[in-house]
Amino acid sequence: MTEELVVTLSALETRFPDVVKKDERKGYEGFLVDTKNLVEVATVIRDELGYDYLSSVTGVDYLEEELLEVVYHFYRSTGGKSLVLSVQVPRKKAVVPSLYDLFISADFQEREAWDLYGIKFEGHPDLRRILMWEGFEGFPMRKDYQEAFFVEDQKPFANRWPEGKVFRSEDENQFGKNVQYPKGFDKPKKWDPEEEDLLYAGLQELGKKDSGDLATDHVVVNMGPQHPSTHGVFRMAVVLDGERIVALKPVMGYLHRNHEKIGERNTYLHNIPFTDRLDYLSSMVNNHGYVLAVEKLLGKKGAVPERAEYIRVIMSELTRVSNHLWAIGFLLNDLGAFFTPSLYAIEERELILDIFEATTGARMMNNYFRFGGVARDFPPGVLEKLNSIVFERLPRKVDELDVYLTDNEVVASRTKGVGVLSPEEAIAHGVGGPVLRASGVPYDVRRADPYSIYDRFDFDVAVRYHGDCYDRYIIRIDEIRQSLRILQQALKDIPEGPVLLKNPYNIRVPEGESYGRVEAPKGELGFYIVSDGTANPYRYHVRAPSFVNLTALEKMCVGQLVADAVVVLGSIDIVLGEVDR
Amino acid sequence: MYGKGIFKGMWVTLKHFVATFTDDFRMIGRKYNKAEGIEYRMSKDVKGIFSIQYPEEKMPVPEEFRFIPFLLYDTNEDGTEQIRCTSCGICAKVCPPQCIWIEQTTNPDTGRPVPEPVEFFVDIDICMNCGYCAEYCPFDAIKMDHDYEMASFDRIDAHIFNKEKLLKPAEYYAEIRPLNWEREEIIRKEKAEKKKAAEAAKAARAAAKAEAAGAE
Repeated sequence: MTEELVVTLSALETRFPDVVKKDERKGYEGFLVDTKNLVEVATVIRDELGYDYLSSVTGVDYLEEELLEVVYHFYRSTGGKSLVLSVQVPRKKAVVPSLYDLFISADFQEREAWDLYGIKFEGHPDLRRILMWEGFEGFPMRKDYQEAFFVEDQKPFANRWPEGKVFRSEDENQFGKNVQYPKGFDKPKKWDPEEEDLLYAGLQELGKKDSGDLATDHVVVNMGPQHPSTHGVFRMAVVLDGERIVALKPVMGYLHRNHEKIGERNTYLHNIPFTDRLDYLSSMVNNHGYVLAVEKLLGKKGAVPERAEYIRVIMSELTRVSNHLWAIGFLLNDLGAFFTPSLYAIEERELILDIFEATTGARMMNNYFRFGGVARDFPPGVLEKLNSIVFERLPRKVDELDVYLTDNEVVASRTKGVGVLSPEEAIAHGVGGPVLRASGVPYDVRRADPYSIYDRFDFDVAVRYHGDCYDRYIIRIDEIRQSLRILQQALKDIPEGPVLLKNPYNIRVPEGESYGRVEAPKGELGFYIVSDGTANPYRYHVRAPSFVNLTALEKMCVGQLVADAVVVLGSIDIVLGEVDR
Repeated sequence: MYGKGIFKGMWVTLKHFVATFTDDFRMIGRKYNKAEGIEYRMSKDVKGIFSIQYPEEKMPVPEEFRFIPFLLYDTNEDGTEQIRCTSCGICAKVCPPQCIWIEQTTNPDTGRPVPEPVEFFVDIDICMNCGYCAEYCPFDAIKMDHDYEMASFDRIDAHIFNKEKLLKPAEYYAEIRPLNWEREEIIRKEKAEKKKAAEAAKAARAAAKAEAAGAE
């Protein structure tokens, strides 16, 4: 236990002698709190202890103990380690007070826990399903829920080997067996899910206005899910007063595949390639977060050789550069500069992808990190090419992009003062990454809670202070420059040596919980893992940065023109693979 | 001055535009449909457009590139084919989407498994090209391919590869991945020698035992 945590523990225990208890389970490091005191304790944590950033809220289903647990991860926005609180409720009557009033970042995450676990958050203003479709019956992340095409609880499946009779899931359609229907679903033609109505009712409530004598009306517009500006299948239901947005609700889940359920069926090793598919523009950072979380549990067994750490940093930073290039390019696309800026950015990204392909074997779905290192070393010739790109080409090209766009008056007039998010709001909404830093909060996980070997490098945390779309654009250029600085140092210092000591396929992870978080290009990416000592994770949760950043979308958009909503969304830089999981 | 930023930006686009043509003129006859030109367009020095005109031109794939696994067989000196796979099932176990099915051979007399697969299926619709099977195979029997052009009109039968379709000679592997092949061959030879030495030692021990028994 760190010193900081001891202080926190004593402070919490003196304040709440019987209410807050140290979590005594093996490998757990948080505190257990009573349901009825949760709000009170959270208020003290926020106002007196300074933990003002609620990073992650998630549920865990302990089927054997007949308990559902809600796990909260708090951080200080000035940096430092986490404070973990858990609340346990009986499975049959899962009601927990909502923290929405204290931390708005709980909004979507509580809705997700309700959607997937059926934990009711009392006091949440808009507790609807968020990832599953409206009218879905059951709570898919509960341990006793079985999906369609269910084969076995855990991989590897016995019917693959040694019997090995090939079959297709479609042929073995088990829909009849394990799909549950809502009550009164005998006449599907008439059936009408109520959640969609609730959405519009809520919107009308938000956008209520006093029209006076002249009869005017609000218009509800659904932007998406098939809309080019939403970067995928994402819907914004907006209420318009003329052209001005008076209320907005994001609707998501069109790409939902229940990544976490798949993750719990998988073994630890199986999960690495699946994490690639979360934020598919920055796969290797996803690998890094997951591998870190598991290595924390593995302890000494998960020690990483020096060269592998350097390769990890190099790969993560290259990913960040390529992701930001993409983000800048497509933000300009959203502004209407059709494809010239984005293609200039994509050209540079292409060179980075070539390096990925030569090293990891794939351009995007890299699957490169392993527990205790990386899969293989750089092949001959790749480091030379990498050096030439990082030292010669990219700095020049970033400057060119800067000259090309930053002073452009059209860009400035479309983005300056649009979608402003103040630092207090940014922290309360739990946004991370460039969005948070553009609002003037110098919070970067690489500095605030250093992981891997980031504490060895000399770099600045890029920060801008206006919190508008222009700052969110320009901070990405700043960050590319800082990433290049890290890359140049790493490439100079990279030592010789092995990159992976042992690579067993049947890894067993000691019992306990761990939360590994990294600074992904889009924000703070966290992996919450609970291990019960078997070959498969008991709980596998992804705290996806794009998903949580969207919490602030409504705040940024209300009062703006509808055309600016597109720019605001582009400046958050979301990837739907990660939002919907 | 208002508009200066726009002019600066237009200057950048103009430079890009001109560079495309100067590049073409400078490398006239060498840039398109030539290996040299394709390499140039993938290098850090390229100034003009990057586009490679697929399918007339193709990007060379690097050695580590991976797409859909295949099974290796060695050709013995007498011309028979020896499949390397022993149907141990490790590839099926590490496969994240579980797209590998293996049927073991059993000896009809003893009922015990024989180290050779009867059938080996890979559903390439499910395969996510992660490369685990190749990475964890202890016998170097399954490797990732370089052939990425496998679109077909038939979605069902053409996309479940059986043993016959998966088998490729070891020479093909040596050709697409020369460095890996070299590295693995050294280890394989060492292993084979060790095995031989162990067998010889065992035989010697048995002979010695028999001799000792005979002496008594």
